[in-house]
Amino acid sequence: MSDTSPSTKAPGLFQRIWQSDMGYSFRSSKITVVAGIISALFVLAALFAPWVAPHDPYDLASISIMDAFLPPAWMEGGDARFLLGTDNIGRDVLSTIIHGSRISLGVGLASVFFAASIGITLGLISGYVGGRTDAFIMRVAEIQLSFPDILIALLIDGTIRSILGPGAHGNISFFVVIAAISLAYWVQFARTVRSTTMVEKNKEYIQAARVTGKGSLYIMFRHLLPNVMGPVLVIATIMLALAIVTEATLSFLGVGVPPTQPSLGTLIRIGNDFLFSGEWWITIFPGGALAIMGLSVNLLGDWLRDALNPKLR
Amino acid sequence: MLSFVLSRILQSFIVMIGVSLVAFSLFTYVGDPISNLVGIQTSDAKREKLRESLGLNDPMPVQFLRFIERASQFEFGISYQQKRKVGDIIAERLPATLELSFVSAMLALLIGIPAGIYTALHRKSWFSHFMLSASLVGVSLPTFLIGIMLIFVFAVNFNILPSFGRGEVVKLGFWSTGFLTASGLKALIMPSITLALFQMTLIMRLVRSEMLEVLRADYIKFARARGLSDRMVNFSYALMNTLVPVITITGLQLGSIIAFAIITETVFQWPGLGLMFIQAINEVDIPVMSTYLLLIAMFFVIINLIVDLLYYFVDPRLRVKQGD
Amino acid sequence: MTDKPLLEVRNLRVEFPTREATLVAVDDISFHINAGEVLGVVGESGAGKSMTGAAIIGLIEPPGHIAGGEIIFDGQRIDNLSNTEIRKIRGRHIGAIFQDPLTSLNPLHTVGRQIIDTIITHLPLSQKQARTRALELLKEVGIPSAEERIDHYPHQFSGGMRQRVVIALALCADPKLIIADEPTTALDVSIQAQIINLLKGLCSQYDTAIMLVTHDMGVIAETADRVAVMYAGRIGEIGPVADIIQQPKLPYTVGLMGSIPAIGEDVERLTQIDGSMPRLNALPSGCRFHPRCPSAFAYCAIERPELIEAGNSQVACWLYDKEKGQGKSPAHGLQKTHTKAVSKTTTQPANTLLQVEGLKQYFDVSPPLLTRLLERTGRKYVHAVDGLDFTINRGETFGLVGESGCGKSTVARAIVGLYKATDGTICFDYVDDGGLDDKQRMQMIFQDPHASLNPRWRVREIVAEAIPAGTGSTKQKITARVGELLAQVGLAAEDARKYPHEFSGGQRQRISIARALAGEPEFLVCDEPTSALDVSVQAQILNLMVDLQRRMGLTYLFISHDLAVVNHISTKVGVMYLGRLVEWADTDTLFSNPQHPYTRMLLDSIPDLTNIGAKRSQVGGEVPSPINPPSGCTFHPRCPFATDRCKSEIPIASSVSGSSVACHAIEEKRLPDWKTS
Repeated sequence: MSDTSPSTKAPGLFQRIWQSDMGYSFRSSKITVVAGIISALFVLAALFAPWVAPHDPYDLASISIMDAFLPPAWMEGGDARFLLGTDNIGRDVLSTIIHGSRISLGVGLASVFFAASIGITLGLISGYVGGRTDAFIMRVAEIQLSFPDILIALLIDGTIRSILGPGAHGNISFFVVIAAISLAYWVQFARTVRSTTMVEKNKEYIQAARVTGKGSLYIMFRHLLPNVMGPVLVIATIMLALAIVTEATLSFLGVGVPPTQPSLGTLIRIGNDFLFSGEWWITIFPGGALAIMGLSVNLLGDWLRDALNPKLR
Repeated sequence: MLSFVLSRILQSFIVMIGVSLVAFSLFTYVGDPISNLVGIQTSDAKREKLRESLGLNDPMPVQFLRFIERASQFEFGISYQQKRKVGDIIAERLPATLELSFVSAMLALLIGIPAGIYTALHRKSWFSHFMLSASLVGVSLPTFLIGIMLIFVFAVNFNILPSFGRGEVVKLGFWSTGFLTASGLKALIMPSITLALFQMTLIMRLVRSEMLEVLRADYIKFARARGLSDRMVNFSYALMNTLVPVITITGLQLGSIIAFAIITETVFQWPGLGLMFIQAINEVDIPVMSTYLLLIAMFFVIINLIVDLLYYFVDPRLRVKQGD
Repeated sequence: MTDKPLLEVRNLRVEFPTREATLVAVDDISFHINAGEVLGVVGESGAGKSMTGAAIIGLIEPPGHIAGGEIIFDGQRIDNLSNTEIRKIRGRHIGAIFQDPLTSLNPLHTVGRQIIDTIITHLPLSQKQARTRALELLKEVGIPSAEERIDHYPHQFSGGMRQRVVIALALCADPKLIIADEPTTALDVSIQAQIINLLKGLCSQYDTAIMLVTHDMGVIAETADRVAVMYAGRIGEIGPVADIIQQPKLPYTVGLMGSIPAIGEDVERLTQIDGSMPRLNALPSGCRFHPRCPSAFAYCAIERPELIEAGNSQVACWLYDKEKGQGKSPAHGLQKTHTKAVSKTTTQPANTLLQVEGLKQYFDVSPPLLTRLLERTGRKYVHAVDGLDFTINRGETFGLVGESGCGKSTVARAIVGLYKATDGTICFDYVDDGGLDDKQRMQMIFQDPHASLNPRWRVREIVAEAIPAGTGSTKQKITARVGELLAQVGLAAEDARKYPHEFSGGQRQRISIARALAGEPEFLVCDEPTSALDVSVQAQILNLMVDLQRRMGLTYLFISHDLAVVNHISTKVGVMYLGRLVEWADTDTLFSNPQHPYTRMLLDSIPDLTNIGAKRSQVGGEVPSPINPPSGCTFHPRCPFATDRCKSEIPIASSVSGSSVACHAIEEKRLPDWKTS
C-alpha cells in the first residue's frame, strides 16, 4: 500500500509513477498493458466521437434507407464507405459503435461515480458510527444484496418508468438508467468501505486524532477517507466493467437507453432481430466491441487488485 | 443448535417482511390499480365503489397485513395485462425456470469448484493460466452476448441446436418437464450453459482465492513442517478450511441463478418466470412484478437457510462452545 | 554420543530475488548443533534468525531460496533433498514449533486427530496405537484430563494450552532436533515460564536438541547451552551462554546486553546503540555493524570479518584480529553507564496531578436478544476495569504493569477520554475530567508505531494536526514549530516532508512522541510505547523519554507488561490483575519487597540474566476471562494462599511496609516474607 501515496512534485510525476512498484507491476504484465491501451483507445474514441466517427449516425439527413443492410466492406456487396457495414436503417455500424461506446462508457462512469459517492458515505458512517445506524444500513444492504444487481436495476428502472408514465422517454431515460445502476451498486462500495473503516478506525492513529479532540466528521473524511480509497479504486474499476455490462443488458432487454441514441446494448438488441436473416454484422460487431471493452476494464481491475494487495504477489 | 436455527429463521423472516414491504409499496403506490382494472368510461362513483370494495381506502398497515395474509395463501391478485390470476401464471411458468436453474447450478458447481481447487494448487501450470484467462472472459462478457454468440454459432451457422423455446415437454401433474424428451434436453443445452457460465467462473475464482488464502495460513505451514503428505495438507487441511467461506458465497450465487435467468430466458425465449417478468416490466404489470419479487426473495431465504445449516456442520467453532 | 555434530550448517546463504536486487537474508553462515544441545539463536527483527530455521526444514517461502552452502543432518545432506525426501525428515527427525499457538492448529480438526495424523504419517502404528500415543503425549505436555481434551477442537483451548498441544505435535515422532521459532513470544510472562520449563524438561528427557530462535535474552539465558548472535544476516558471535551474556566480546552484543533493562539495577540511562539494523537492500560494506559501532576503525568498512576464536567464543570482529585490531580496545563506550539514578523514592511534597477513584469500565458483549432468550442467559459484560483507585503526582512516572487482558490499556483510554467510564471519577489537576476536556494538557503515546501514524499523511501534517489552533498560527509558524518538535525527539526538520513508511519503527515512535508534545502537555499517557520495538531501539526511546521528562517536567503514566522496563523508568508502580490494582508502591519498595502473591509471582517469572540456567519458578494457571471474573479476590484460583474468605470477599487495600496491598492473606499475616536472595 505504501507505494501508492500520491506524489505532489509536478516534475517527473509520471516518471515516478512509472518507476514505482505499481508502475513496475503494470509494465511487467503484458496483458495489462494491452488492456490499458485498449481502454485508453475507447476513452479517446468516446471523448472525440464526433470527430473520429466517419459518419454521424444521428444526422437523419445523411442516412439513406437505400444503404440499409450493407455487409462489411470486404464482403461481396460491401460498400467502401461503410467499413463494418450498415444496419437496418442504413446507419454506418462503425460510427454507431463509436457513438455507442461513448454512451456506454458515459453511463457506466456516471453510475459508478454516483454509486461510489453513496456507498462511500454510507459505508464510512456505518463503519465509524456503528451501533443501530450500522445495523440498519447493513440490513438494507443485505436485503438488496440478496437480489442480483440486474434484477434490482430492472426493478428500479421499471418503477421509475411507471411513475413517470410511458410518455416520458427520450433524454430522461439516461438518468433513469444511471439512477437504476447506481442504486443497484452502492452496496458493494458501502460494504467494502465499511469493513475497511472498521479495521482502520481501531488503529491507533484514529485514537490519536480523537485524543487531540477532533470530531467524527473530521476523522471520517480527513483520516479515514484517504485510507479506504485503495479498495474503493479497485471496486470502482471492477464496477465500471459491471456497470457497462448492466447498461448493455438493460438496453438489450429494452428498458435502457432509447434507440434514437443507441448504446452498444441497444445496437445488439436491434441487430439480434436480423441474426437469422444473415445480417450478422449488425449484432456481432457491437457485441465484439462490448466484449473487448468489458474485458479490458476487468483486466485493469484485476491487475489493480493484485497490485494493491501485496499478499497476492 | 436450536437457538442458532431459530435466530436464522427469524433473520429470514425479517428479510421476507422487508421484501414484502417493497413489493407491497410497488403494488399500492406505483400506478393506479383501479384504472388498470376498469375501462376508461367507468364513472368516478363506480371507481370509488371498487376502491372501497378492494379495501384500498383502508389505512396502510391494514392493507399491508391483508397483503401478507393473502400472499401467504398464494393469492397475489390479478395480472393487469393477462387478466388472469398471478398465482396461476407463476405455477405455469415455474417448472421451466426451475429446471433451467437446476441444470445450470449443477454445471456451475461441478465444474467451478474442481477448477478452483486445481488452479489454486497448481498456480504455475499452463492449464491454470488458461482457466484463469478464460474465466475472466466469462466474467466480463454480458450473459446475453454469450447467448447470442452461442445461437450464432450453433443455431444459425451449424443449425444443430434449437435457438428458442423448451422443445417438447411432458406433463407430470401440474409440472411440465423437458427432461424426458430428446428435443427438451437439446433445447436445454445452450440456455443452461449460458446461465451457468457466469456463476461457474465466479465460483472458480472464489474457490481459488479462498484456497490460496488458506494455503498461506500458519497451520498449513505447521502441517508441512510436521511432514504431513501433500494430499493430507491440501485436502484434509486446506480444502476443508476453504469450504467454510466458500459455502456462504456459493449459496448466495446459486440463489441468484433463478433471477439471473431473466436474461437467458429473454435471449432464448425460454417460457419461464424471467421472461414473464420482463414482459411485466415492459407492460408495467405491477402485480406480476411484485409477486416475482416475493418469489425470488423466498428462494433466496430458503437457500440461505440451507447454507447456514451446512456451515454449522462444517465449522466446529459454531457447533462446540468454547471451553476453559 | 559421537563426536560428530547432529546438525551442521556450512556457509548457508539464503536469497530473496526482488526486482531491484537480490536481497541476501542469510549470508554465508556456519554453525553446528550437537545432539541434546540447546543452541539459542538471538538477534533483533530482520537479523535472519527465523530464515535460518526455515532453511533447515526446507520451508522458506518462495521466492526466497537457499543459494549456497550445505546443511548436514545426522550425516546426511538435507538442503538439496526432493520434496518427498525432506518430508520424511520433517516431523520425523526434525520437529518445529512456531510463534503463534492461536494460528498454528487447524481449526476444523480435533487436536487428537491432528496428533494422530502426524503419528501415523511417521510411525508404523495402527489408528488405535496412535491414539494411545497421542494421549500419552498430551499428558506429558501437561494437558489436564487429556482423555477428554483429546477430542476437543483448538478453539476450546487457551493460548498456553494450545502451545502445549503444538509441542506435543512437534514431539510426535520423537525427533532428534526441534526448531523452535519464538515459541514464547506470543505468550504472557507467567505462561512463558511454564512453556520454557516444559520444553526444556521434555528435550533433556528424550535427549532432543533444540535450536531456539528468539529475540528474548532472558529466555536464552535460562535455556540455552550455547548462543549465536545474529545481525543483518550474519553470525556476529557464537559461544557458551555464560560467555556471551556475562563477557560479550562483539561490540554489538555488548551494546545489546547493556540496552536490556534489568531488575535490581539502578541506572538512569540505558546503553544506547544509535541507529537501527540496516534494511537488507542497504547493507553497509565491510562489517555490517560498523556504522553503529563506537569502536569501529577504518578497516571495519573495508573487509567483512569472519568468525575467529576469542576466548571460549568465536567473534566476527576486526577488534579481535591479531594484526588489524592491535591496540584497539574492544567495545568502548557500550558498557552500562553506572551513573546512579535520581532516587526513585519521591521526596518532594506530593502534588496530585491525576486522581482516579473507583474507575469501572465494562463493555457489553452480550449475544443477540434472541439467543439470550433461548439460552436463558443474561447480558454479558467484560469487566475490563473493575474498581480502580490511584493518584499520580506531578513529575512522577507511574508504571502500570499486568499481563494481557488485565485492563491496563483500558485504563489509559479511559483517562484520555477515549472511553466513557462506566463508573468512577477521573480528576485531572483537581477538576473532574468528564471527557476530552483537557486535550492539550494530556496526551497519549501508542503501542504500535505502524498503526499510530496515518499512512497517507506526511509527518508535517501528522505533527501539525496536534498543534493547537491558536491565534495567528501562520503556515511558517506551524512549519517552524513542527521542525522544533522533530528536533526535540531527535529527528531532522527535513523529515517533515516524508511519509511514515519511510521511517523505521523507532523513528516512527519518535514522531508519535513529537505529536504528543505538540500541545505542550503536562501529562503523557504511554500505552506500551516500546513493546513493539527491538531492545536496542527500546533503549533509545526510553532514554529519550527520560530526557524529555527532565527537560520539560512531564508526568508519565507508563503502561507495560514488561516489569524490567517499568522498574527502569517508573518512580511508582501499580500491579493490575483482572481489572483491579492488587498492589502499588514506590518502585524501589515494590521490587525489593513485593507483598502481593501475584506481584511475587510476576517477579519470579522474569528470567534472570545474571543467573544463567536458573529455572524460573513455575506459576500455575492462566488469566481467567474478564467476562466471568472469579468471585472475591480475582486471583484466588491461582493463589497458593487462598482461603474460603478469598473466594467470597473482595480484599480492600491496606498499607503494608510501604506498599498498598489488597490481599486477605497479607492482612491476616499468613504470608511468608519475600526471600531476599
